[in-house]
Amino acid sequence: MADIQGKVWKYGDNVNTDVIFPGKYTYTVSEPAEMPKYALEDLDPEFAGSVQVGDVIVGGTNWGCGSSREQAVVCLSEAKLGAIIAKSFARIYYRNCLNNALPAIVCPDAVDAIENGEIVTIDLENGVIKCQAGEFSFPPLPEAVMEIFNAGGLIPYTKKRLSETK
Amino acid sequence: MPQTFAEKILAKKAGLDHTVPGQIVDIIPDVALSHDNTAPILGLFQRMGGTKVFNPDMHAVILDHATPAPSTSHAENHKIAREFVREQGIHNFYDVGRGICHQILVESGLALPGEIVVGSDSHTPHAGVMGAFAVGIGRTEMASVWAIGSIWLRVPESMKITVTGKLPDGVTSKDLALHVIGDLKADAAIYMSVEWHGGAIQALPLSQRATLTNLMAEMGAKNSYIPPDKKVFDFLKDRARREYEAIYPDEGAIYTREVVYDGGSIEPMVACPHTVDNVKPLTEVRGIKIDQAFLGTCTNGRLDDLAAAAAVLKGKKIADGRRMIVIPASEAIYLAALQAGYLEIFLKAGAVIESPGCGPCMGNHMGVPAAGEVSISTANRNFQGRMGTKESEVYLASPAVVAASAVAGMIESPANL
Repeated sequence: MADIQGKVWKYGDNVNTDVIFPGKYTYTVSEPAEMPKYALEDLDPEFAGSVQVGDVIVGGTNWGCGSSREQAVVCLSEAKLGAIIAKSFARIYYRNCLNNALPAIVCPDAVDAIENGEIVTIDLENGVIKCQAGEFSFPPLPEAVMEIFNAGGLIPYTKKRLSETK
Repeated sequence: MPQTFAEKILAKKAGLDHTVPGQIVDIIPDVALSHDNTAPILGLFQRMGGTKVFNPDMHAVILDHATPAPSTSHAENHKIAREFVREQGIHNFYDVGRGICHQILVESGLALPGEIVVGSDSHTPHAGVMGAFAVGIGRTEMASVWAIGSIWLRVPESMKITVTGKLPDGVTSKDLALHVIGDLKADAAIYMSVEWHGGAIQALPLSQRATLTNLMAEMGAKNSYIPPDKKVFDFLKDRARREYEAIYPDEGAIYTREVVYDGGSIEPMVACPHTVDNVKPLTEVRGIKIDQAFLGTCTNGRLDDLAAAAAVLKGKKIADGRRMIVIPASEAIYLAALQAGYLEIFLKAGAVIESPGCGPCMGNHMGVPAAGEVSISTANRNFQGRMGTKESEVYLASPAVVAASAVAGMIESPANL
């Protein structure tokens, strides 16, 4: 697995799914490829137009709290975001990330150290984040979850399991 | 070894002796809830190669988020859900206007003590009011549950909230929940199972208890649980769809955090813009001008909520230039409110009554605010942009305070009208 490398977009605590993907679009924008256009619309209007493949979001505590809407993850995974590093994640958001093979990394020390706009490198397999302030390690994913992640997300994972039982 | 509710039920469902926090278990849920998102979940199910669902009887499909359809695209969405339940032989289907999914699960005896409910909605912990282990999940994992029946769950740490004594008159479980969220903050229970214990909780009717389990989603909880008692068992007589066996935490179970509140010290509270944990006593926010009052939602749209608001509004008028929207949480509640005369009181006061569903709660339709407007609502969320525009502000309060504010035209206590 290649390292993830990209520019940091840093935000604060309790960023909720209503500002990541506004509720008014949840039943009008259904095509995943269309979703990145609305990503973070109510938090950072610059983001959707400027985010590059591999960029990394750095958030505070409780990133992705609020509604369970998966579009709040898909609008970022479809933009080919490299990872989200946060002090903590809202539970459903965290699950949605792993199920869409978007790395969600809990590493409070790294969040404090990383500056907005800098370039960071993430080694997922060995659980290491490299930034200007130094290196930070994080615990690897549980094995049961890694299986889904390695399959490329829950869709290909379940597809494989279904085809095996047929 | 003594176990919390979460450890015990996940062990039982996974066929294990016991479990510990952090452990991953694979379980087959008893109920899989989806709402208007049934159509997009179906798309994911098909991408997984799914054709027949694992077990049609596991499903509860309840249309509530934008119902009746406000646009053609919403209507197409509903149509796909209707065709899906027919083709798959899903019997637990509730079409537009029957009610909000969390209310229907409880009211229809679909969520039962000792059962596991997964729902593709963040307020799924609501069903913990019946003693179920109820957790919200994402759309893709719901599609996977439809296909293979099972899902991985991490055994959560548990928090025990004990509320002693009794809530004072005029103080509701909404005030208690807001007090707790304001005190512990929005991230206090991330990934945790929150159990409610104590005399003040036992004294509450089920409708008020449901407000507590519902609102624990706003503290990050995975699920919330109230030990089922006679009130639950009586309610389930003639309603329960299956035999059930209640599960209780063991004496001596280990909780990550234990908090005790004196119920008698709780006062009316208001959550201020733009977070649910930005909570202040009503006495500190009285006088803030409002444009719209909204009474309804899965949090506070039940019969005793409507009764509390009707008691305030009886013989009064909504303030000039203000609007009040009332949405009963289900068809059964709507009918009961009609028979009790509450709807007549609302209409004579100048309120608008709409069909059961989520309404403007997440900004879909039926009374969204304009930019610059202020709403006071009985809902569970006041995030910026939640009701449709980020230029508006939302305050959250109990039904009586929302009704009193509609009459006063500003945030007000019923006692001061």
